[in-house]
Amino acid sequence: MTSVTNGTGSPLLAVRGVKTFYGNIIALKGVDVDVHAGEIVTLIGANGAGKSTLMMTIFGSPQAREGAILYEGRDITRMPPHEIARLRIAQSPEGRRIFPRMTVLENLQMGAGLDDLKYFDEDVEKMFTLFPRLKERIGQRGGTLSGGEQQMLAIARALMARPKLLMLDEPSLGLAPLIVKQIFDAIKELNRSQGLTVFLVEQNAYHALKLAHRAYVMVNGVITMSGSGRELLESPEVRAAYLEGGRH
Amino acid sequence: MTDTAHATSRPGPDYAKAAKDALLAGIIALGIFGPLVGLKTEQNMSNELIVRNDMASALIIVAIVMAGRFLLSAFVFPRMGARGKKPTVANAIDEGVKPDRTKLYARLGLLLLFLYPIIVVSLLGFQGSLKWVDNFGIQILIYVMLGWGLNIVVGLAGLLDLGYVAFYAVGAYSYALLAINFDLSFWVLLPVAGILAAMWGVILGFPVLRLRGDYLAIVTLAFGEIIRLVLINFRELTNGSAGISSIPKVTLFGIPFDASPDGFAKMFDLPLSSAYYKIFLYYLILLLALLTAYVTIRLRRMPIGRAWEALREDEVACRSLGINTTNTKLTAFAIGAMFAGFAGSFFAARQGFVSPESFVFMESAVIVAIVVLGGMGSMIGVAVAAAAMIGGTELLRELTFLKAVFGPEFNPDQYRMLLFGLAMVGIMIWRPRGFVSARQPTAFLFERKAVSGSLVKEGHG
Repeated sequence: MTSVTNGTGSPLLAVRGVKTFYGNIIALKGVDVDVHAGEIVTLIGANGAGKSTLMMTIFGSPQAREGAILYEGRDITRMPPHEIARLRIAQSPEGRRIFPRMTVLENLQMGAGLDDLKYFDEDVEKMFTLFPRLKERIGQRGGTLSGGEQQMLAIARALMARPKLLMLDEPSLGLAPLIVKQIFDAIKELNRSQGLTVFLVEQNAYHALKLAHRAYVMVNGVITMSGSGRELLESPEVRAAYLEGGRH
Repeated sequence: MTDTAHATSRPGPDYAKAAKDALLAGIIALGIFGPLVGLKTEQNMSNELIVRNDMASALIIVAIVMAGRFLLSAFVFPRMGARGKKPTVANAIDEGVKPDRTKLYARLGLLLLFLYPIIVVSLLGFQGSLKWVDNFGIQILIYVMLGWGLNIVVGLAGLLDLGYVAFYAVGAYSYALLAINFDLSFWVLLPVAGILAAMWGVILGFPVLRLRGDYLAIVTLAFGEIIRLVLINFRELTNGSAGISSIPKVTLFGIPFDASPDGFAKMFDLPLSSAYYKIFLYYLILLLALLTAYVTIRLRRMPIGRAWEALREDEVACRSLGINTTNTKLTAFAIGAMFAGFAGSFFAARQGFVSPESFVFMESAVIVAIVVLGGMGSMIGVAVAAAAMIGGTELLRELTFLKAVFGPEFNPDQYRMLLFGLAMVGIMIWRPRGFVSARQPTAFLFERKAVSGSLVKEGHG
């Protein structure tokens, strides 16, 4: 894993003036985001703000029409998704997207394909320590897991690729508060003990801001605010738009 | 009363209830068959109608009905009920245990397939065996092989290909044309036909990379038709709809199966018979089909096979895990097409004649139906479905006694499509995922220690 720099030096991931279109409709209107090695960065915003689009644009599908995405100083804007994955950027896409007819173990195996399963046995044990529930479900088909278990599986599957940057799209979606806490604790632990860089897209602003070192707020395809997690948590605008009444 | 019935129904079959059911069924059967079968009207010598009593036959039928109902009530229904009631977790563990039994069935089936010609010959003699080895054995095995080949594309990679017969045609014409024009042997041309078909698989694969589901199905369907129309209209090469005849036969290490002095029969001092060639062809297609099965089973455990299955499950997730979906799709098309090419060259050699008529859309539909009925991705299911569908068609031809019932004009073969459709509807109602719907996992933790799925639950994994 890379060393922790926490916001200094050149960023691990830099999004520069990215514009993304769906046909003629503009979804991202020039977005700038930095993620430094060792950070947890979160992107919050309402439904349809373009959060998931940014996540998917970073991953090369759809590709940005303007602007650039740099990873370790390298331009990855025009790379196909499977090559981006090979740079050890792992993604847990929106809606979990585990393989429903494959067992838990097979799902994990799919995540370890980049290294040809070289570290498979070792890493599976790590995942079972991180999410003991998955161990109980090892031979069960992915589609028969509960929502929380599927989310754990989706994150574990992404981690099996030994990523430097983990991108999570709404891991709290549709989950009970207790499960959300378990999952966010796991993310925090991975960041603390291994220095894993995390880019987190969330609607659950309170939990996400509490977890994150730095945060961005997106409205209608534009970044409107940024700052440390704590700053945004205390900012009146964020409180009014995303937190009041929704605090658990 | 209800208490005891409940208690007895759990540990063993409830015989009292079954007997009651059987009695009821017997009374109904007597009511139906008593007058229908038991009383017969006949004309006597003086042309008068008389009623003849044949209660013995009626009673036999009633007895069969009662016995059948008894067995159903006592053994079959309770088990069917229990299967539905099991909780999901138990089902999941069941699936882990199942492979052992499936393996046993597969081995028994394999043994039977290898012994089949020997059994048929010993029962019916060489001449009598012809029909059974050729029409049933070889014909079914060709479709088993095609089903297994298409299973890679449809069952594993999840790409609905309705033009699979095109690759079969490419294989058949490759062998026919190259064997006639360049005098090459079957053994040289078999891989060539496979490679050519695989190439066409890639050619089809490229334009359809971005398509899925219905759209993909339509384009592949069109592709199948294009190949057939090219075969009809490219007369200079393919001789059009007249087809290509006198295609060389297969030889066994250069020994031909004919009446010549160095032919198979003379060489081994056997009486002349066309049965040797048929039996040889039977084993040849059996080996080709088994090659398909072996390659598929091996590939499923390799990265490319896992990628196919992942692609079927979720394309977006595949890309995010670093799987090159382009290559994955193209290899699925190419390898599936390759096996169709093998089967096609075998087909050409066996028939000695190929024409575009053998490669109509109906053939593609039958192969897709075999894969879907068998259970997408299941090797045994596909084999069973091929045997049922192709064997069933052949059996219909054998039902000549029906002519006695429905008149000499009646041709049971014409009802093929009707029965075929009924079977499809029935399967989709009762087994919507096909005969064998359980997918066997390919990954087990610490495989070397052979920890079974049932132990893992207890924390031994």
